[in-house]
Amino acid sequence: MAIYINEHTNVLIQGITGNQGTFHARQMVKYGTRIVAGVSPGKGGKDVDGIPVYDTVAAAAEEHRLDASILFIPAPFAKDAAFEAIAAGIKVLVMLPEHIPVHDAMAIMAYAKSNGTVVVGPNTFGLVSSGKCKIGIMPNQFFIPGDIGVVSRSGTLCYEIVGNLTAAGYGTSTVVGLGGDRVVGLNFIEVLAEMEKDAGTKAIVMVGEIGGSAEEEAAAFIKGHIKKPVIAYLAGKSAPPGKRMGHAGAIIERGKGTFEGKVQALNAAGVPVAELPFQVPELVAAALKK
Amino acid sequence: MKLFEYMGKELFARYGIPVPEGGVAATAAEAAEIAGKIGSVVVKSQILSGKRGKAGGIGFTEDPQEAAELASRMLGSELRGFTVDKVLVEQKLKIDREFYLALTVDGAARKPVILASAFGGMDIEDVPEEHMVRMHLDVTIGLQPFVAREVVRRLGVTGDVARQISAILSGLYKMFVELDAELVEINPLVISGDKVIAADAKVTIDDDALFRHKDLPVVEERTEAEKKAHELGLSYVELDGDIAVMANGAGITMATLDLIQYYGGKPANFLDAGGGAGVEPTAKALELLLSKNPKAILINIFGGITRCDDVANAFAYVKQNIGIPVPVVIRLVGTNEDKGREILRENGIEAYKFMHEAAAKAVEIATGGRN
Repeated sequence: MAIYINEHTNVLIQGITGNQGTFHARQMVKYGTRIVAGVSPGKGGKDVDGIPVYDTVAAAAEEHRLDASILFIPAPFAKDAAFEAIAAGIKVLVMLPEHIPVHDAMAIMAYAKSNGTVVVGPNTFGLVSSGKCKIGIMPNQFFIPGDIGVVSRSGTLCYEIVGNLTAAGYGTSTVVGLGGDRVVGLNFIEVLAEMEKDAGTKAIVMVGEIGGSAEEEAAAFIKGHIKKPVIAYLAGKSAPPGKRMGHAGAIIERGKGTFEGKVQALNAAGVPVAELPFQVPELVAAALKK
Repeated sequence: MKLFEYMGKELFARYGIPVPEGGVAATAAEAAEIAGKIGSVVVKSQILSGKRGKAGGIGFTEDPQEAAELASRMLGSELRGFTVDKVLVEQKLKIDREFYLALTVDGAARKPVILASAFGGMDIEDVPEEHMVRMHLDVTIGLQPFVAREVVRRLGVTGDVARQISAILSGLYKMFVELDAELVEINPLVISGDKVIAADAKVTIDDDALFRHKDLPVVEERTEAEKKAHELGLSYVELDGDIAVMANGAGITMATLDLIQYYGGKPANFLDAGGGAGVEPTAKALELLLSKNPKAILINIFGGITRCDDVANAFAYVKQNIGIPVPVVIRLVGTNEDKGREILRENGIEAYKFMHEAAAKAVEIATGGRN
């Protein structure tokens, strides 16, 4: 079992002929992802390692069933590419680019919602149903099948947590990178709800950070809706207020989004919080024993 | 990018939002000249921070000579961590009521949100939730007249004042969208007799959208080192400790700082080298860290797109060509890990596997083993 994507998911790559697009097309194919087509305007008719390239998403959709798309498109052009995928009826859209203007992100989310498209990101590493389908840029070797679901706001930190889990003998069911921007598609609550329903997931690890209110809202939701054990890890305990730590959301403003506030909210929902990455597997083990 | 109040007000005027008569001055003489034309004025320090009044950055007078004195006292002074380069001299308003009106991005709702209150002024953050009007906007229809009608209804205003506030709100939304703003805020929005006037302006433009707003003024808030890092494509924030930090990814960089603090050390900075930084940018980042004379440097790399051998080569390059006079602790795992470790070994460094071990070691070095 898996959520959002599985071994049958047909994936399109928008921007497949660029450096990153081609490199990660190969990595995803190596992982076992069904990459069925690519799009690069002006490059229609070519191919990348046998993957056919089309000028437009609509042209690719005439020839293939497209379930998901991943964008390797520079931020200034990402809005157009996202609209194109949504207009073509693609139901899962993974937006890797960072530095997409926030007004563009809001427009994309509104259009996606009215068309029933799930958006992952922007500014995400993607998502993976371990052993089945990887749509993203994460290093293949750490994502081995298992029954821990992981949902994270941050990329490398998620690898760190998954790496710690793998080292402790825990594989993953589905790992979702929500993205580090202020406005993103999928949020903790939506992913938690899917993982609760997923028979392949026994416990859930949330990787959060300071800033915003996503963890607090997730905590409120967990209380009433999630029966599976949830463990959280939060980054940014030492961050000073008013300084934006890389991610657009990672800033303590007007006393909101603090580490302490998030820990309190999560603990109140019965979620133990690890302060340091290496503590996560211990908390998972303890939660699974109960 | 935050804009100064006077820039925000120039933009307000362009979008039909009434602002007090006035002008910006960089010298006492200029301030006196503007004050002479207006009469009763307020002199306001232009810094990228609020709460200026409480910090002594705002003064009132009816005398141009006194306006000059106020300006010369403010200009060049330090206020809330900023140096005052300019003052805004403008007409002092007769204040009957103070409202609050703002538009910002609500990340959780993925939508713009209007924030409004009939209790504006200095302590807006303490206004109870029931006195704050919140209305989310659907970007597919924008700000329709019915939304403005609802906002003024909830504010409890009617008649011509309601009409003026509605017009201000439409101008504010147009500006918010057209300029790719993250925040446009008027506090206070003053009711002065039968007029509604924006007495302050707080405008923040989305840094990621600046590429399509070349006509906007450039406001630099970063320190020299932060500016340099930005040019290199690095995300860098100065902190006040003595352990310099470099990692790849915002989350893991924050986690690295947390670990340093956990072991009793103090980070000198936040430096996210990003994903996929090659040899040259990584070397530049290392040079930047060295320029701050830390007691130790901690490099924490979990290579996904970033290749461990690139990081190791960058280290070797800087060591051989520039010299690294401070102890360096490196944690290196991920893509091309073995190659990277080998290069480091040749340069006399044994890389750690786990980030907490590396952080503990860096703290031990920086504190001389006191922790």
